[in-house]
Amino acid sequence: MLNERIWIAFCTIVIKEITRFTRIWVQTLIPPAISMALYFVIFGSLIGSRIGMMDGFNYIDYIAPGIIMMSVINNSYANVVSSFFGAKFQNHIEEMLVAPIPNLVILLGYITGGVARGFLVGIVVTIVAMFFTDLRIHDYFITFSVVLLTSILFSLGGMLNAVFAKKFDDISIIPTFVLTPLIYLGGVFYSIDLLPEFWQDISSVNPILYMVNAFRYGMLGVSDINILTAFIMLSIFSVILFIICLQLLNKGVGIKS
Amino acid sequence: MSALTINQLNKTYRNQVVALHDVNLEVQQGDFFALLGPNGAGKSTLIGVLCGMVNKTSGNVNIYGHDLDIDMVAAKASIGIVPQEINFSQFETCMEIVLNQGGYYGIRRNIALKRAEKYLSKLGLWEKRHERSRNLSGGMKRRLMIARALIHEPKMLILDEPTAGVDVELRRSMWTFLTEINNSGITILLTTHYLEEAENLCKNIAIIDHGKIVENTSMKKLLSTLNQETFVLDIVKPLTECPDISEFKTTLIDDSTLEVEIQKNQRLNDYFEKLSAQQIEVVSMRNKSNRLEELFLRLLEHKDNA
Repeated sequence: MLNERIWIAFCTIVIKEITRFTRIWVQTLIPPAISMALYFVIFGSLIGSRIGMMDGFNYIDYIAPGIIMMSVINNSYANVVSSFFGAKFQNHIEEMLVAPIPNLVILLGYITGGVARGFLVGIVVTIVAMFFTDLRIHDYFITFSVVLLTSILFSLGGMLNAVFAKKFDDISIIPTFVLTPLIYLGGVFYSIDLLPEFWQDISSVNPILYMVNAFRYGMLGVSDINILTAFIMLSIFSVILFIICLQLLNKGVGIKS
Repeated sequence: MSALTINQLNKTYRNQVVALHDVNLEVQQGDFFALLGPNGAGKSTLIGVLCGMVNKTSGNVNIYGHDLDIDMVAAKASIGIVPQEINFSQFETCMEIVLNQGGYYGIRRNIALKRAEKYLSKLGLWEKRHERSRNLSGGMKRRLMIARALIHEPKMLILDEPTAGVDVELRRSMWTFLTEINNSGITILLTTHYLEEAENLCKNIAIIDHGKIVENTSMKKLLSTLNQETFVLDIVKPLTECPDISEFKTTLIDDSTLEVEIQKNQRLNDYFEKLSAQQIEVVSMRNKSNRLEELFLRLLEHKDNA
C-alpha cells in the first residue's frame, strides 16, 4: 500500500515533468537541434574539412559524440533547474511539500524528468547528426550508460542550483560561467593530447572531459582517458551530489521557512 | 476525539522574529474552528507548521492521533490545505492541477478522476476543467484550491483566509459549501479577516496575537462576554438636537440618524418606548459593527494595555 502510494507520487512527478517540457517543445527540443546543426555545419563540414583527421577519424566524426553529449548535459541541467526553480517561484512546489511524499521521491522524480529530457534531446541531436555524418556505435552498453550517468549528474547539478536560486538570474549564472567553459574545455572539439602537459593536468579535473571521452569511446572506440576511471568519476560525482541534494531538501533549504 | 492538538509550539525565524510563542491549541473532530488574529499575528506560520512548510523551533503537533514528527505521512494525509496565496502552476489546466495533487497523495488515477469530477462540479468549475488556471477569475482560483485540497478526502480542511478578495455572492456560496462539508464530518480550521464569517460559521474560536493565543473558547461563550452593543437608527422626522433619553447613551450623528449604546442589562424595547414617548419614529436599525469585531478589538486592546 505504502509502496503503491509512493510509486503513484513518483510517476505523477515524472509525468508532470515530461508533460511540461514536451508542451513547450519549441523552447526545449528545437533549439538544441538547430544549435547542433550549426555546430555540424560550421565546425564539422566547413572548418572540419580543413582540419583533417583526429585520432584516426574525420574531424566531424570525432566531434559528433561531444556535441551530442553537450546537448545531453545542457538539457538535463536546464530541465531540473528551470522546473524546480519555476515551482519555487510560482509557489506550486507547495503542492508537493504539503503532500506525504518523501523528499527522496521528489528528488528522484525531478532527476528522472531531467534524464528524460536529456535522452530525448540526445536522440533528436543524434538524428540531426546523421544528416552530416555516418554515425556508428562501438559499444552500446557504454554509450547508453554514459548518457544515463551524465544526465543524472547534471540533473542533480540543476537541482542544486535551483535549491539555492532566489531569482531568475541565479539559474543562468552557473550554466554561463561554469557549465559552458567546462564543456568547451572538456574535449568536445579536440583531443587533450593536443594540449601542453600542464593544461592536460588541469583538464583532468574537469568532470566533463570524462563524460565526453567515455561517450566518444562508446561511439568511436577511442578515448583520451581510461574508461573505468571515467565511470568511477561519474559515479562518485553523482553519489556526492545526490547526497547533498537530498540533505538540502530534508533541511528545507530554499523551500521552507 | 481531538482532531488537532498543539502543545508548546514555538517558532523563531532566522532573523530572530518570534512568530509563535508557546502555542497550545486543541480542535475537536467535526469542529468548525476559527483562528483569528491581526496581520503578522502568526496565523499563517501556524498553518505552515501544520502542513510542513515551516520548520517549527520546538513543540508538538498531533493530527488525528499522528505526531507530525514521528508519523508525518499519516499526519499529512489527514489534512487538506487551502493556502492564502494562489500556489498552482499558471500553465496547467484545472483538471491537471487537481489530478496531480491526487497523484502526490498516492491516489490512483481512476479514483482521482471521479473525485476531480465530484469536487470540480460542486465548486462550479467542471465546465472550466480544461481551462488553463491563469485564465480563471480570482474567485475561481480560490475555489480550485479548495477542490485540490479535497482530492484526497482529508479528515480536516485548513483554510487560510479563503474568502479574501472575493465578492459577496461568491463568499456566501463558499460559506454554504464549507458548512456542507463540515456537516459531512470534515473538521474545519479557518483563519479569516472577515469576523462576520467566523461568527456565522464557526463553533469555536481562538485569537492569536504576537504569536500567543490570547483567547480560546466557544463562539457562544465569547459573544456572551460582550457587555455592550452599538446600534444605528434611521429616524422619520429630522431632529435639530440629540434627544435626552435617560439611561441610554444616545448621540445624534446627523439630523436623521441616532446612535445608541445598549448595555447587556438593558432592553431595546425600553429604548423604543422612550423614543415613542418623545414622538421619535424609527425607520430602520442596524448594528454599528460586527459583534465579534468589537470583541476582537477589545481583546487586542486589552492585551496591548496589559
